[in-house]
Amino acid sequence: MDYPVATVVFLALIAFVIILGFIAGRWKAGDLHSIEEWGLGGRRFGTWISWFLIGGDVYTAYTFIAIPALMFGAGALGFFAVPYTVVCYPILYLVFPKLWKVAQKHGYITGPEFVRGRYGNRWLALAIGITGIFATMPYIALQLIGMQTVIGALGIPGHIPLIIAFAVLAAFTYTSGLRAPAMISIVKDLLIYLTVIVAVIVIPAELGGFGAIFAKIAPAKLILATPPAGSGGSYTSYATLALGSAMALFLYPHTTTGILSASSPRVIRRNAALLPAYTIMLGLLALMGFMAVASGVKTMPQFAAGFKHYGPSFAVPALVLNSFPGWFVGVAFGAIAVGALVPAAIMAIASANIFTRDIYKQFVSGAGNEARIAKLFSIFMVIGAVAFILVIPSTYAVQLQLLGGMWIIQTFPAIVFSVFTRFFNGWALLVGWAVGIVSATWLVALNHFAGSTWAFHVLGFTVPSYIALATVIVNAVIAAVLSVVLNALASDRTQDATVAADYV
Amino acid sequence: MIKILLLLVFIITLAVPVFNRTGPALFGFPFFYWYQMAAVPVCSLLIFIVFRVEDKGAE
Repeated sequence: MDYPVATVVFLALIAFVIILGFIAGRWKAGDLHSIEEWGLGGRRFGTWISWFLIGGDVYTAYTFIAIPALMFGAGALGFFAVPYTVVCYPILYLVFPKLWKVAQKHGYITGPEFVRGRYGNRWLALAIGITGIFATMPYIALQLIGMQTVIGALGIPGHIPLIIAFAVLAAFTYTSGLRAPAMISIVKDLLIYLTVIVAVIVIPAELGGFGAIFAKIAPAKLILATPPAGSGGSYTSYATLALGSAMALFLYPHTTTGILSASSPRVIRRNAALLPAYTIMLGLLALMGFMAVASGVKTMPQFAAGFKHYGPSFAVPALVLNSFPGWFVGVAFGAIAVGALVPAAIMAIASANIFTRDIYKQFVSGAGNEARIAKLFSIFMVIGAVAFILVIPSTYAVQLQLLGGMWIIQTFPAIVFSVFTRFFNGWALLVGWAVGIVSATWLVALNHFAGSTWAFHVLGFTVPSYIALATVIVNAVIAAVLSVVLNALASDRTQDATVAADYV
Repeated sequence: MIKILLLLVFIITLAVPVFNRTGPALFGFPFFYWYQMAAVPVCSLLIFIVFRVEDKGAE
Protein backbone atom coordinates (compact mmCIF):
# COMPACT_ATOMS: atom_id res chain seq x y z
CA MET A 1 0.00 0.00 0.00
CA ASP A 2 1.81 3.09 -1.28
CA TYR A 3 -0.65 5.73 -0.11
CA PRO A 4 -2.20 4.64 3.24
CA VAL A 5 -4.23 7.80 4.01
CA ALA A 6 -5.61 8.06 0.47
CA THR A 7 -6.48 4.36 0.48
CA VAL A 8 -8.39 4.57 3.78
CA VAL A 9 -10.43 7.59 2.64
CA PHE A 10 -11.05 5.92 -0.72
CA LEU A 11 -12.27 2.67 0.84
CA ALA A 12 -14.45 4.55 3.35
CA LEU A 13 -16.20 6.42 0.52
CA ILE A 14 -16.76 3.23 -1.46
CA ALA A 15 -18.14 1.46 1.62
CA PHE A 16 -20.52 4.38 2.28
CA VAL A 17 -21.78 4.31 -1.28
CA ILE A 18 -22.32 0.56 -1.21
CA ILE A 19 -24.42 0.82 1.97
CA LEU A 20 -26.41 3.59 0.29
CA GLY A 21 -26.98 1.28 -2.68
CA PHE A 22 -28.61 -1.35 -0.50
CA ILE A 23 -30.70 1.19 1.45
CA ALA A 24 -31.93 2.77 -1.80
CA GLY A 25 -34.40 -0.06 -2.40
CA ARG A 26 -36.66 1.33 0.34
CA TRP A 27 -36.61 4.87 -1.05
CA LYS A 28 -39.85 6.07 -2.67
CA ALA A 29 -41.07 2.58 -1.91
CA GLY A 30 -42.53 0.57 -4.73
CA ASP A 31 -43.09 -3.08 -5.50
CA LEU A 32 -39.63 -4.19 -6.65
CA HIS A 33 -41.13 -7.40 -8.01
CA SER A 34 -42.48 -5.30 -10.89
CA ILE A 35 -40.04 -4.53 -13.71
CA GLU A 36 -41.33 -0.97 -14.05
CA GLU A 37 -40.37 -0.37 -10.43
CA TRP A 38 -37.07 -2.29 -10.45
CA GLY A 39 -35.90 -1.25 -13.90
CA LEU A 40 -37.42 2.22 -14.26
CA GLY A 41 -37.90 3.47 -10.70
CA GLY A 42 -41.66 3.55 -11.32
CA ARG A 43 -41.26 6.54 -13.70
CA ARG A 44 -41.40 8.94 -10.81
CA PHE A 45 -38.07 10.82 -10.64
CA GLY A 46 -38.55 14.59 -10.57
CA THR A 47 -36.32 17.30 -12.02
CA TRP A 48 -33.49 17.06 -9.49
CA ILE A 49 -33.23 13.28 -9.24
CA SER A 50 -33.36 13.06 -13.04
CA TRP A 51 -30.66 15.70 -13.26
CA PHE A 52 -28.37 13.63 -11.04
CA LEU A 53 -29.31 10.32 -12.67
CA ILE A 54 -28.90 11.44 -16.30
CA GLY A 55 -25.76 13.31 -15.24
CA GLY A 56 -24.49 10.04 -13.78
CA ASP A 57 -25.32 8.39 -17.12
CA VAL A 58 -23.56 10.86 -19.36
CA TYR A 59 -20.60 12.05 -17.31
CA THR A 60 -18.93 8.83 -16.24
CA ALA A 61 -15.49 7.50 -15.42
CA TYR A 62 -15.02 7.88 -19.18
CA THR A 63 -15.21 11.60 -18.59
CA PHE A 64 -12.81 11.62 -15.70
CA ILE A 65 -10.07 9.41 -17.14
CA ALA A 66 -10.33 9.07 -20.90
CA ILE A 67 -11.06 12.64 -21.99
CA PRO A 68 -8.16 14.21 -20.05
CA ALA A 69 -6.06 11.27 -21.34
CA LEU A 70 -6.96 12.20 -24.91
CA MET A 71 -6.07 15.85 -24.23
CA PHE A 72 -2.82 14.66 -22.64
CA GLY A 73 -1.95 12.49 -25.64
CA ALA A 74 -3.60 14.07 -28.70
CA GLY A 75 -4.20 17.67 -27.55
CA ALA A 76 -7.04 19.94 -28.74
CA LEU A 77 -8.94 17.12 -30.48
CA GLY A 78 -9.89 15.74 -27.05
CA PHE A 79 -11.87 18.91 -26.36
CA PHE A 80 -14.57 17.68 -28.78
CA ALA A 81 -16.20 16.30 -25.64
CA VAL A 82 -17.38 19.84 -24.80
CA PRO A 83 -19.33 20.63 -28.02
CA TYR A 84 -20.51 16.99 -27.94
CA THR A 85 -22.11 17.38 -24.53
CA VAL A 86 -23.72 20.67 -25.52
CA VAL A 87 -25.15 19.71 -28.88
CA CYS A 88 -26.72 16.57 -27.42
CA TYR A 89 -29.21 18.67 -25.45
CA PRO A 90 -31.26 20.16 -28.30
CA ILE A 91 -31.60 16.56 -29.48
CA LEU A 92 -32.74 15.51 -26.00
CA TYR A 93 -35.24 18.39 -25.96
CA LEU A 94 -36.74 17.70 -29.38
CA VAL A 95 -36.92 13.91 -29.43
CA PHE A 96 -37.16 12.33 -26.03
CA PRO A 97 -40.18 14.00 -24.44
CA LYS A 98 -42.18 12.45 -27.31
CA LEU A 99 -40.59 9.04 -26.72
CA TRP A 100 -41.47 9.36 -23.01
CA LYS A 101 -45.11 10.07 -23.84
CA VAL A 102 -45.62 7.13 -26.15
CA ALA A 103 -43.65 4.85 -23.79
CA GLN A 104 -45.74 5.82 -20.80
CA LYS A 105 -48.99 5.42 -22.74
CA HIS A 106 -48.13 1.88 -23.82
CA GLY A 107 -46.01 0.77 -20.87
CA TYR A 108 -42.78 0.56 -22.86
CA ILE A 109 -39.60 0.51 -20.78
CA THR A 110 -37.03 0.27 -23.62
CA GLY A 111 -36.35 1.90 -26.99
CA PRO A 112 -36.69 -1.38 -28.95
CA GLU A 113 -40.12 -1.94 -27.40
CA PHE A 114 -41.30 1.34 -28.86
CA VAL A 115 -39.99 0.34 -32.28
CA ARG A 116 -41.77 -3.03 -32.04
CA GLY A 117 -45.03 -1.27 -31.19
CA ARG A 118 -44.55 1.24 -33.98
CA TYR A 119 -43.79 -1.29 -36.75
CA GLY A 120 -45.20 -4.54 -35.38
CA ASN A 121 -41.82 -6.03 -36.26
CA ARG A 122 -40.14 -8.00 -33.50
CA TRP A 123 -37.05 -8.71 -35.64
CA LEU A 124 -36.32 -5.03 -36.04
CA ALA A 125 -36.76 -4.62 -32.29
CA LEU A 126 -34.45 -7.58 -31.70
CA ALA A 127 -31.74 -6.02 -33.89
CA ILE A 128 -32.00 -2.74 -32.00
CA GLY A 129 -32.07 -4.46 -28.62
CA ILE A 130 -29.00 -6.57 -29.37
CA THR A 131 -27.20 -3.49 -30.68
CA GLY A 132 -27.92 -1.81 -27.37
CA ILE A 133 -26.59 -4.69 -25.30
CA PHE A 134 -23.46 -5.06 -27.46
CA ALA A 135 -22.73 -1.34 -27.38
CA THR A 136 -23.22 -1.30 -23.63
CA MET A 137 -20.82 -4.13 -22.86
CA PRO A 138 -17.64 -2.20 -23.82
CA TYR A 139 -19.11 0.87 -22.15
CA ILE A 140 -19.36 -0.96 -18.82
CA ALA A 141 -15.83 -2.25 -19.45
CA LEU A 142 -14.77 1.37 -19.86
CA GLN A 143 -16.14 2.14 -16.41
CA LEU A 144 -14.17 -0.77 -15.02
CA ILE A 145 -11.00 0.54 -16.64
CA GLY A 146 -11.59 3.91 -14.99
CA MET A 147 -11.99 2.28 -11.61
CA GLN A 148 -9.05 -0.05 -12.15
CA THR A 149 -6.78 2.88 -13.00
CA VAL A 150 -7.39 4.62 -9.67
CA ILE A 151 -7.18 1.40 -7.69
CA GLY A 152 -3.87 0.68 -9.43
CA ALA A 153 -2.68 4.25 -8.80
CA LEU A 154 -3.20 3.70 -5.07
CA GLY A 155 -0.71 0.86 -5.36
CA ILE A 156 -3.22 -1.94 -4.85
CA PRO A 157 -2.19 -4.64 -7.31
CA GLY A 158 -4.22 -7.20 -9.22
CA HIS A 159 -7.83 -7.59 -10.30
CA ILE A 160 -9.23 -8.81 -6.98
CA PRO A 161 -10.35 -5.37 -5.65
CA LEU A 162 -12.14 -4.66 -8.92
CA ILE A 163 -13.88 -8.01 -8.89
CA ILE A 164 -15.04 -7.46 -5.30
CA ALA A 165 -16.34 -3.97 -6.14
CA PHE A 166 -18.34 -5.25 -9.07
CA ALA A 167 -19.66 -8.28 -7.17
CA VAL A 168 -21.11 -5.85 -4.62
CA LEU A 169 -22.40 -3.67 -7.46
CA ALA A 170 -24.22 -6.68 -8.92
CA ALA A 171 -25.72 -7.41 -5.50
CA PHE A 172 -27.18 -3.98 -4.82
CA THR A 173 -28.36 -3.64 -8.39
CA TYR A 174 -30.19 -6.92 -7.93
CA THR A 175 -31.91 -5.86 -4.71
CA SER A 176 -32.54 -2.14 -5.31
CA GLY A 177 -32.84 -1.69 -9.08
CA LEU A 178 -32.64 1.79 -10.59
CA ARG A 179 -33.15 3.46 -7.21
CA ALA A 180 -29.59 2.48 -6.22
CA PRO A 181 -27.71 4.42 -8.93
CA ALA A 182 -30.22 7.27 -8.61
CA MET A 183 -29.38 7.71 -4.94
CA ILE A 184 -25.63 7.11 -5.35
CA SER A 185 -25.42 9.58 -8.24
CA ILE A 186 -26.08 12.41 -5.78
CA VAL A 187 -23.00 11.45 -3.72
CA LYS A 188 -20.98 10.96 -6.89
CA ASP A 189 -21.76 14.44 -8.14
CA LEU A 190 -20.98 16.15 -4.85
CA LEU A 191 -17.59 14.42 -4.82
CA ILE A 192 -16.86 15.22 -8.46
CA TYR A 193 -17.81 18.89 -8.24
CA LEU A 194 -15.71 19.21 -5.08
CA THR A 195 -12.73 17.56 -6.76
CA VAL A 196 -12.94 19.62 -9.94
CA ILE A 197 -13.43 22.94 -8.17
CA VAL A 198 -10.47 22.29 -5.87
CA ALA A 199 -8.36 21.04 -8.78
CA VAL A 200 -8.92 24.09 -11.00
CA ILE A 201 -8.08 26.41 -8.10
CA VAL A 202 -5.14 24.57 -6.57
CA ILE A 203 -3.30 23.09 -9.56
CA PRO A 204 -3.09 26.21 -11.78
CA ALA A 205 -1.92 28.14 -8.70
CA GLU A 206 0.88 25.59 -8.27
CA LEU A 207 1.78 25.77 -11.96
CA GLY A 208 1.71 29.57 -12.34
CA GLY A 209 -1.81 30.10 -13.74
CA PHE A 210 -3.70 28.89 -16.82
CA GLY A 211 -1.57 31.05 -19.11
CA ALA A 212 1.54 29.18 -17.97
CA ILE A 213 -0.20 25.82 -18.42
CA PHE A 214 -1.27 26.54 -22.01
CA ALA A 215 2.22 27.93 -22.74
CA LYS A 216 3.68 24.49 -22.05
CA ILE A 217 1.49 22.77 -24.65
CA ALA A 218 3.16 22.17 -28.03
CA PRO A 219 1.64 24.57 -30.64
CA ALA A 220 0.60 21.61 -32.80
CA LYS A 221 -1.54 20.28 -29.94
CA LEU A 222 -2.89 23.59 -28.65
CA ILE A 223 -5.44 24.03 -31.44
CA LEU A 224 -6.51 21.92 -34.40
CA ALA A 225 -4.28 21.81 -37.46
CA THR A 226 -5.45 24.03 -40.34
CA PRO A 227 -6.85 21.73 -43.05
CA PRO A 228 -4.89 21.41 -46.31
CA ALA A 229 -6.50 22.70 -49.53
CA GLY A 230 -9.38 20.55 -50.74
CA SER A 231 -9.93 18.87 -47.38
CA GLY A 232 -12.07 19.41 -44.29
CA GLY A 233 -9.07 18.18 -42.31
CA SER A 234 -9.29 18.17 -38.55
CA TYR A 235 -12.22 20.64 -38.72
CA THR A 236 -14.68 18.11 -40.10
CA SER A 237 -13.23 15.39 -37.87
CA TYR A 238 -13.85 17.52 -34.80
CA ALA A 239 -17.36 18.65 -35.76
CA THR A 240 -18.51 15.19 -36.87
CA LEU A 241 -17.08 13.56 -33.75
CA ALA A 242 -19.08 16.00 -31.62
CA LEU A 243 -22.31 15.72 -33.63
CA GLY A 244 -22.15 11.95 -34.17
CA SER A 245 -21.43 11.28 -30.50
CA ALA A 246 -24.32 13.56 -29.53
CA MET A 247 -26.74 11.76 -31.87
CA ALA A 248 -25.70 8.43 -30.40
CA LEU A 249 -25.73 9.48 -26.75
CA PHE A 250 -29.36 9.12 -25.79
CA LEU A 251 -29.86 5.96 -27.86
CA TYR A 252 -27.78 3.94 -25.42
CA PRO A 253 -29.95 1.70 -23.26
CA HIS A 254 -28.73 3.33 -20.05
CA THR A 255 -29.44 6.89 -21.16
CA THR A 256 -32.86 5.90 -22.50
CA THR A 257 -33.58 4.28 -19.14
CA GLY A 258 -32.48 7.45 -17.33
CA ILE A 259 -34.83 9.52 -19.49
CA LEU A 260 -37.84 7.19 -19.31
CA SER A 261 -37.60 7.10 -15.50
CA ALA A 262 -38.45 10.82 -15.35
CA SER A 263 -41.84 11.66 -13.93
CA SER A 264 -43.00 13.76 -16.92
CA PRO A 265 -41.93 15.07 -20.35
CA ARG A 266 -41.63 18.49 -18.73
CA VAL A 267 -38.89 17.13 -16.43
CA ILE A 268 -36.95 16.01 -19.52
CA ARG A 269 -37.31 19.34 -21.32
CA ARG A 270 -36.30 21.29 -18.25
CA ASN A 271 -33.28 19.02 -17.79
CA ALA A 272 -32.17 19.69 -21.38
CA ALA A 273 -31.55 23.24 -20.18
CA LEU A 274 -30.08 22.27 -16.78
CA LEU A 275 -27.78 19.37 -17.71
CA PRO A 276 -25.19 21.56 -19.56
CA ALA A 277 -24.01 22.62 -16.08
CA TYR A 278 -22.12 19.33 -16.08
CA THR A 279 -20.43 20.26 -19.35
CA ILE A 280 -18.66 23.20 -17.71
CA MET A 281 -17.23 20.71 -15.24
CA LEU A 282 -16.32 18.37 -18.10
CA GLY A 283 -14.41 21.13 -19.89
CA LEU A 284 -12.41 21.87 -16.76
CA LEU A 285 -11.74 18.17 -16.27
CA ALA A 286 -10.53 17.86 -19.87
CA LEU A 287 -8.06 20.64 -19.18
CA MET A 288 -6.61 18.51 -16.38
CA GLY A 289 -4.96 16.63 -19.27
CA PHE A 290 -3.05 19.81 -20.10
CA MET A 291 -2.32 20.42 -16.43
CA ALA A 292 -0.77 16.95 -16.36
CA VAL A 293 1.44 17.89 -19.31
CA ALA A 294 2.49 21.18 -17.68
CA SER A 295 3.21 19.55 -14.31
CA GLY A 296 5.69 17.16 -15.91
CA VAL A 297 4.27 14.04 -14.20
CA LYS A 298 5.14 12.06 -17.32
CA THR A 299 8.86 12.12 -16.53
CA MET A 300 8.65 11.75 -12.75
CA PRO A 301 10.23 8.42 -11.69
CA GLN A 302 7.50 7.58 -9.16
CA PHE A 303 4.88 7.54 -11.96
CA ALA A 304 6.94 5.72 -14.59
CA ALA A 305 5.43 2.33 -13.77
CA GLY A 306 1.90 3.78 -13.87
CA PHE A 307 2.33 5.36 -17.31
CA LYS A 308 3.96 2.20 -18.59
CA HIS A 309 0.99 0.12 -17.45
CA TYR A 310 -1.99 2.44 -18.07
CA GLY A 311 -0.68 4.77 -20.79
CA PRO A 312 -2.21 8.26 -21.09
CA SER A 313 -5.10 7.11 -18.84
CA PHE A 314 -2.67 7.51 -15.97
CA ALA A 315 -2.36 11.28 -16.56
CA VAL A 316 -5.13 12.37 -14.20
CA PRO A 317 -4.32 9.90 -11.40
CA ALA A 318 -0.65 10.97 -11.56
CA LEU A 319 -1.62 14.64 -11.52
CA VAL A 320 -3.89 14.11 -8.51
CA LEU A 321 -1.23 12.15 -6.62
CA ASN A 322 1.32 14.83 -7.42
CA SER A 323 -0.84 17.82 -6.46
CA PHE A 324 -2.89 16.89 -3.40
CA PRO A 325 -2.44 15.66 0.18
CA GLY A 326 -3.29 12.00 0.81
CA TRP A 327 -6.80 12.50 2.17
CA PHE A 328 -7.87 14.55 -0.82
CA VAL A 329 -6.38 12.00 -3.21
CA GLY A 330 -8.78 9.56 -1.52
CA VAL A 331 -11.72 11.89 -2.19
CA ALA A 332 -10.77 12.45 -5.84
CA PHE A 333 -10.18 8.78 -6.54
CA GLY A 334 -13.36 7.91 -4.66
CA ALA A 335 -15.22 10.31 -6.98
CA ILE A 336 -13.83 8.55 -10.05
CA ALA A 337 -14.62 5.09 -8.69
CA VAL A 338 -18.20 6.04 -7.77
CA GLY A 339 -18.40 7.67 -11.19
CA ALA A 340 -17.80 4.18 -12.56
CA LEU A 341 -20.30 2.40 -10.31
CA VAL A 342 -23.28 4.66 -11.09
CA PRO A 343 -23.34 4.27 -14.88
CA ALA A 344 -22.28 0.61 -14.66
CA ALA A 345 -25.35 -0.10 -12.50
CA ILE A 346 -27.68 1.77 -14.87
CA MET A 347 -26.13 -0.01 -17.87
CA ALA A 348 -26.66 -3.42 -16.29
CA ILE A 349 -30.29 -2.56 -15.46
CA ALA A 350 -31.01 -1.09 -18.90
CA SER A 351 -29.54 -4.10 -20.69
CA ALA A 352 -31.57 -6.37 -18.43
CA ASN A 353 -34.75 -4.49 -19.34
CA ILE A 354 -33.99 -5.01 -23.03
CA PHE A 355 -33.12 -8.68 -22.57
CA THR A 356 -36.37 -9.29 -20.71
CA ARG A 357 -38.81 -7.33 -22.87
CA ASP A 358 -37.25 -7.61 -26.32
CA ILE A 359 -35.46 -10.96 -26.32
CA TYR A 360 -36.70 -13.35 -23.63
CA LYS A 361 -40.40 -12.43 -23.69
CA GLN A 362 -40.50 -12.31 -27.48
CA PHE A 363 -38.35 -15.25 -28.48
CA VAL A 364 -37.98 -17.61 -25.52
CA SER A 365 -41.08 -17.65 -23.40
CA GLY A 366 -43.96 -15.24 -22.85
CA ALA A 367 -44.36 -16.63 -19.35
CA GLY A 368 -42.15 -16.01 -16.32
CA ASN A 369 -41.65 -13.19 -13.85
CA GLU A 370 -40.20 -10.20 -15.71
CA ALA A 371 -38.45 -8.61 -12.75
CA ARG A 372 -36.81 -11.91 -11.86
CA ILE A 373 -35.47 -12.46 -15.39
CA ALA A 374 -34.19 -8.88 -15.51
CA LYS A 375 -32.47 -9.14 -12.13
CA LEU A 376 -30.64 -12.30 -13.17
CA PHE A 377 -29.59 -10.82 -16.50
CA SER A 378 -28.23 -7.70 -14.77
CA ILE A 379 -25.85 -9.96 -12.84
CA PHE A 380 -24.84 -11.65 -16.09
CA MET A 381 -24.04 -8.24 -17.63
CA VAL A 382 -21.74 -7.29 -14.76
CA ILE A 383 -19.94 -10.64 -14.86
CA GLY A 384 -19.58 -10.33 -18.64
CA ALA A 385 -18.06 -6.87 -18.34
CA VAL A 386 -15.54 -8.04 -15.75
CA ALA A 387 -14.57 -10.96 -17.99
CA PHE A 388 -14.25 -8.50 -20.90
CA ILE A 389 -11.85 -6.32 -18.93
CA LEU A 390 -9.58 -9.20 -18.01
CA VAL A 391 -8.70 -9.71 -21.70
CA ILE A 392 -8.75 -6.16 -23.17
CA PRO A 393 -5.72 -3.86 -22.72
CA SER A 394 -6.52 -0.68 -20.85
CA THR A 395 -4.78 1.89 -23.08
CA TYR A 396 -6.92 4.33 -25.04
CA ALA A 397 -10.07 3.39 -23.17
CA VAL A 398 -11.94 6.00 -25.14
CA GLN A 399 -11.65 3.94 -28.34
CA LEU A 400 -13.81 1.22 -26.82
CA GLN A 401 -16.58 3.68 -26.23
CA LEU A 402 -16.19 5.05 -29.74
CA LEU A 403 -16.67 1.59 -31.24
CA GLY A 404 -19.86 1.16 -29.20
CA GLY A 405 -20.95 4.54 -30.54
CA MET A 406 -20.51 3.28 -34.11
CA TRP A 407 -23.09 0.57 -33.48
CA ILE A 408 -25.59 2.37 -31.31
CA ILE A 409 -25.94 5.32 -33.70
CA GLN A 410 -27.27 2.85 -36.30
CA THR A 411 -30.49 2.70 -34.25
CA PHE A 412 -31.04 6.44 -34.81
CA PRO A 413 -33.33 6.15 -37.87
CA ALA A 414 -35.50 3.45 -36.28
CA ILE A 415 -35.92 5.20 -32.93
CA VAL A 416 -35.61 8.95 -33.57
CA PHE A 417 -37.30 9.24 -36.98
CA SER A 418 -40.08 6.95 -35.82
CA VAL A 419 -41.01 9.38 -33.06
CA PHE A 420 -41.91 11.92 -35.75
CA THR A 421 -43.10 9.87 -38.71
CA ARG A 422 -44.45 6.52 -39.84
CA PHE A 423 -43.05 7.07 -43.34
CA PHE A 424 -40.57 4.20 -42.96
CA ASN A 425 -41.08 0.48 -43.41
CA GLY A 426 -39.87 -1.79 -40.61
CA TRP A 427 -37.95 -4.14 -42.91
CA ALA A 428 -36.34 -1.20 -44.71
CA LEU A 429 -35.10 0.11 -41.35
CA LEU A 430 -33.71 -3.34 -40.60
CA VAL A 431 -31.74 -3.41 -43.89
CA GLY A 432 -30.46 0.14 -43.28
CA TRP A 433 -29.38 -0.89 -39.80
CA ALA A 434 -27.50 -3.93 -41.13
CA VAL A 435 -25.68 -1.89 -43.78
CA GLY A 436 -24.76 0.71 -41.15
CA ILE A 437 -23.41 -1.85 -38.66
CA VAL A 438 -21.37 -3.73 -41.27
CA SER A 439 -19.90 -0.66 -42.99
CA ALA A 440 -19.03 1.06 -39.69
CA THR A 441 -17.35 -2.04 -38.28
CA TRP A 442 -15.52 -2.62 -41.56
CA LEU A 443 -14.11 0.92 -41.62
CA VAL A 444 -13.03 0.70 -38.00
CA ALA A 445 -11.31 -2.61 -38.80
CA LEU A 446 -9.46 -0.91 -41.70
CA ASN A 447 -8.28 1.59 -39.08
CA HIS A 448 -6.99 -1.38 -37.07
CA PHE A 449 -9.59 -0.55 -34.39
CA ALA A 450 -7.46 2.42 -33.39
CA GLY A 451 -9.12 5.34 -35.18
CA SER A 452 -12.71 6.55 -35.28
CA THR A 453 -12.49 8.85 -38.29
CA TRP A 454 -12.13 8.09 -41.99
CA ALA A 455 -11.19 10.36 -44.91
CA PHE A 456 -14.21 10.18 -47.24
CA HIS A 457 -13.94 11.58 -50.75
CA VAL A 458 -17.01 13.50 -51.84
CA LEU A 459 -17.11 15.29 -55.24
CA GLY A 460 -13.36 15.80 -55.31
CA PHE A 461 -13.30 17.10 -51.74
CA THR A 462 -11.80 15.15 -48.84
CA VAL A 463 -14.03 15.06 -45.78
CA PRO A 464 -12.45 13.30 -42.80
CA SER A 465 -15.44 12.31 -40.67
CA TYR A 466 -16.48 10.35 -37.64
CA ILE A 467 -17.29 6.94 -39.13
CA ALA A 468 -20.47 6.63 -37.05
CA LEU A 469 -21.99 9.79 -38.53
CA ALA A 470 -21.07 8.94 -42.12
CA THR A 471 -22.41 5.38 -41.92
CA VAL A 472 -25.68 6.34 -40.24
CA ILE A 473 -26.36 8.70 -43.17
CA VAL A 474 -25.93 5.74 -45.55
CA ASN A 475 -28.17 3.72 -43.23
CA ALA A 476 -30.91 6.39 -43.30
CA VAL A 477 -30.79 6.88 -47.08
CA ILE A 478 -31.07 3.14 -47.71
CA ALA A 479 -33.93 2.86 -45.21
CA ALA A 480 -35.78 5.76 -46.84
CA VAL A 481 -35.43 4.51 -50.42
CA LEU A 482 -36.32 0.93 -49.51
CA SER A 483 -39.31 2.18 -47.49
CA VAL A 484 -40.83 3.77 -50.60
CA VAL A 485 -40.36 0.52 -52.54
CA LEU A 486 -41.52 -1.87 -49.81
CA ASN A 487 -44.50 0.20 -48.75
CA ALA A 488 -45.60 0.33 -52.40
CA LEU A 489 -45.39 -3.47 -52.65
CA ALA A 490 -46.76 -4.43 -49.22
CA SER A 491 -47.18 -1.65 -46.70
CA ASP A 492 -46.74 -2.45 -43.00
CA ARG A 493 -48.42 0.80 -41.97
CA THR A 494 -51.45 -0.98 -40.54
CA GLN A 495 -49.21 -2.60 -37.95
CA ASP A 496 -48.82 0.45 -35.77
CA ALA A 497 -49.93 0.01 -32.17
CA THR A 498 -49.56 3.74 -31.56
CA VAL A 499 -51.67 6.68 -32.73
CA ALA A 500 -50.70 10.29 -33.41
CA ALA A 501 -52.22 11.45 -30.13
CA ASP A 502 -49.74 9.31 -28.17
CA TYR A 503 -46.87 11.64 -29.09
CA VAL A 504 -48.25 15.03 -28.10
CA MET B 1 -41.35 28.60 -33.89
CA ILE B 2 -39.20 29.47 -30.92
CA LYS B 3 -37.49 26.11 -31.57
CA ILE B 4 -35.37 27.93 -34.15
CA LEU B 5 -33.15 28.91 -31.21
CA LEU B 6 -32.13 25.26 -30.91
CA LEU B 7 -30.62 25.50 -34.41
CA LEU B 8 -28.35 28.22 -33.05
CA VAL B 9 -26.92 25.71 -30.57
CA PHE B 10 -25.74 23.53 -33.45
CA ILE B 11 -24.20 26.49 -35.28
CA ILE B 12 -22.44 27.91 -32.21
CA THR B 13 -20.90 24.59 -31.16
CA LEU B 14 -20.00 23.12 -34.56
CA ALA B 15 -18.56 26.17 -36.37
CA VAL B 16 -15.00 24.88 -35.92
CA PRO B 17 -13.23 27.24 -38.41
CA VAL B 18 -14.64 30.20 -36.50
CA PHE B 19 -13.21 29.25 -33.12
CA ASN B 20 -10.06 27.29 -34.03
CA ARG B 21 -7.63 30.10 -33.19
CA THR B 22 -5.42 30.94 -30.23
CA GLY B 23 -6.21 34.64 -29.85
CA PRO B 24 -7.57 36.70 -28.35
CA ALA B 25 -6.82 34.91 -25.09
CA LEU B 26 -8.93 35.44 -21.97
CA PHE B 27 -7.57 34.84 -18.42
CA GLY B 28 -4.74 32.87 -20.04
CA PHE B 29 -7.18 30.65 -22.01
CA PRO B 30 -6.59 30.54 -25.80
CA PHE B 31 -9.70 31.50 -27.80
CA PHE B 32 -10.38 27.87 -28.79
CA TYR B 33 -10.92 26.95 -25.14
CA TRP B 34 -12.68 29.95 -23.69
CA TYR B 35 -15.05 30.24 -26.66
CA GLN B 36 -16.21 26.64 -26.25
CA MET B 37 -16.51 26.98 -22.48
CA ALA B 38 -18.48 30.22 -22.85
CA ALA B 39 -20.73 28.53 -25.41
CA VAL B 40 -22.00 26.15 -22.72
CA PRO B 41 -23.98 28.67 -20.60
CA VAL B 42 -25.09 30.50 -23.76
CA CYS B 43 -26.54 27.30 -25.24
CA SER B 44 -28.04 26.33 -21.90
CA LEU B 45 -29.82 29.70 -21.84
CA LEU B 46 -31.10 29.27 -25.40
CA ILE B 47 -32.59 25.88 -24.50
CA PHE B 48 -34.07 27.36 -21.33
CA ILE B 49 -35.75 30.15 -23.32
CA VAL B 50 -37.31 27.57 -25.63
CA PHE B 51 -38.48 25.61 -22.60
CA ARG B 52 -40.05 28.65 -20.92
CA VAL B 53 -41.81 29.92 -24.03
CA GLU B 54 -43.23 26.49 -24.90
CA ASP B 55 -44.19 25.85 -21.29
CA LYS B 56 -46.13 29.13 -21.13
CA GLY B 57 -47.81 28.33 -24.44
CA ALA B 58 -48.99 24.96 -23.12
CA GLU B 59 -50.72 26.35 -20.04
